[in-house]
Amino acid sequence: MAAKSIISRPVYGTLSPQPGKHHLFVADAEGALAITDLAAKAPDGFFADAHIIFIPGNDSKHVAALEALKPAQFYQGPSFASALPRLKQTLANAHMGLHLYLAGTEGLIGQAMQAALEAGIDHTSIQTEHRGSLARRIQCVHCKGITENVTTQPATCSHCGLLLLVRDHYSRRLAAFQGVCINAEDRSEIPPTEEIFR
Amino acid sequence: MSTGTTKLDVVVSDVVPVNELVTRFHFRRRDGQLLPTFSGGAHVVVEMRDGERTRLNPYSLMGSPLDTREYTISVRRDDVGRGGSLFMHRHVRPGMEMVISYPVNLFSLDLRARKHLMLAGGIGITPFMAQTAQLAAEGGNFELHYTCRTASLGTYADVLKDRYDRRVRLYHDDRDERIELDRLLSSQPLGTHLYVCGPSGMIGWVRDRAAALGWPTETVHFEHFAAPQPGAPFDVTLAVSGKTIRVGEQQSLLEAIEAAGVDPPYLCRGGVCGQCETNVIAHDGKFIHNDHWLSEEEHRCGKKIMPCVSRFEGRSLVLER
Repeated sequence: MAAKSIISRPVYGTLSPQPGKHHLFVADAEGALAITDLAAKAPDGFFADAHIIFIPGNDSKHVAALEALKPAQFYQGPSFASALPRLKQTLANAHMGLHLYLAGTEGLIGQAMQAALEAGIDHTSIQTEHRGSLARRIQCVHCKGITENVTTQPATCSHCGLLLLVRDHYSRRLAAFQGVCINAEDRSEIPPTEEIFR
Repeated sequence: MSTGTTKLDVVVSDVVPVNELVTRFHFRRRDGQLLPTFSGGAHVVVEMRDGERTRLNPYSLMGSPLDTREYTISVRRDDVGRGGSLFMHRHVRPGMEMVISYPVNLFSLDLRARKHLMLAGGIGITPFMAQTAQLAAEGGNFELHYTCRTASLGTYADVLKDRYDRRVRLYHDDRDERIELDRLLSSQPLGTHLYVCGPSGMIGWVRDRAAALGWPTETVHFEHFAAPQPGAPFDVTLAVSGKTIRVGEQQSLLEAIEAAGVDPPYLCRGGVCGQCETNVIAHDGKFIHNDHWLSEEEHRCGKKIMPCVSRFEGRSLVLER
């Protein structure tokens, strides 16, 4: 669990069943475990009104456990990007009383939340639980390019090639952490690279 | 001077009877200038000088926020209340000079909402008069459901129907018309915010159903001014100012503190804004908490009181004032 460093750094909780008419889950990889943990605390029939959008990742080991919950709808996709149109469509047709639960990597939680904010859901009413990788999605403040799955500090911008300090400063609107050039004064100065966001 | 309650010197520019219970009052600035800008849902505190006694009652501004040449309030006569509404009905006449507070909004629209769903009961319609005017001017998406006892007591129902047509739905108690609340709440698009103003029973009902149907608390807004309830007189020691005062039967604790020349901060005088929160130094007796500000835990522990609406029964009470 990530510690709070500056005010914009997201802090995640533990999924718990909320009152409501419909329950929409978006999860990737080990995020599935947060859903099965919630299921243990959920009232009977809870998943009869649930829709799960799941991105299994490299293996499909959690798929069976989620299907066993017998949600009204279950979808698995190869990537978040490929599932996004489905998520947006679901949100566009949804009514008040829908609860959104996000579980898994920070990149998934952030991007699903971004779609939810655009659909008019307040971020404070979304349940989140971080599971799995700490890899970050960052935006280079210089070229504005987004680099996915950043695990090192510093990291190289995949667009402009600048060496970036990965900050805890986070944008919900962009669903990304901020990356700022770490050696702007003297580009020949290369600090050691450490893998810290695993 | 109390926080946020800078005063405005106004003159009553018109007094208009609306129906058998409700009268509308118009205020303009005495110096002819424009009044301060406000947003839909704001209220002002009106000072009523009634002989020896000064009453301070909050009323929602009901005019369009786009027109600050005058402020308008509508006052429902309450024959068994504490006398503020009767004073307004009986003594306030065009041309009279009065003092009102700057507007304060504790019931503002959340303009991030995709849609605004408004539920009004009786005189609770007044803040929505301003809010609908504000939203209509900027093309906002709203829907108003208004319940009243009878058509003749449906204050401004005709005006609202005229202005907004099918965006307004009326329900008359005497015709057994009821809001189908569960269906209404379940059919709202994502991103809708809910606003309710009316009798406390209605507010409680709407909040409970909204919570049960999965509406997040930050999407449910309510205006819940409780008028101070009368009660048995009690004595209070104000430790900071070194005074002992008696709170009369028809007087609120806040009014009694003010009458003793102590000026605590206040904004709403209705138990919702939190400004007049006061620390209790010692007590021997029982609190009668009527506010919507302190938590249940704070109500239990007896270390704080909201003097605008809450009372005390018992031997002694010492406040940090």
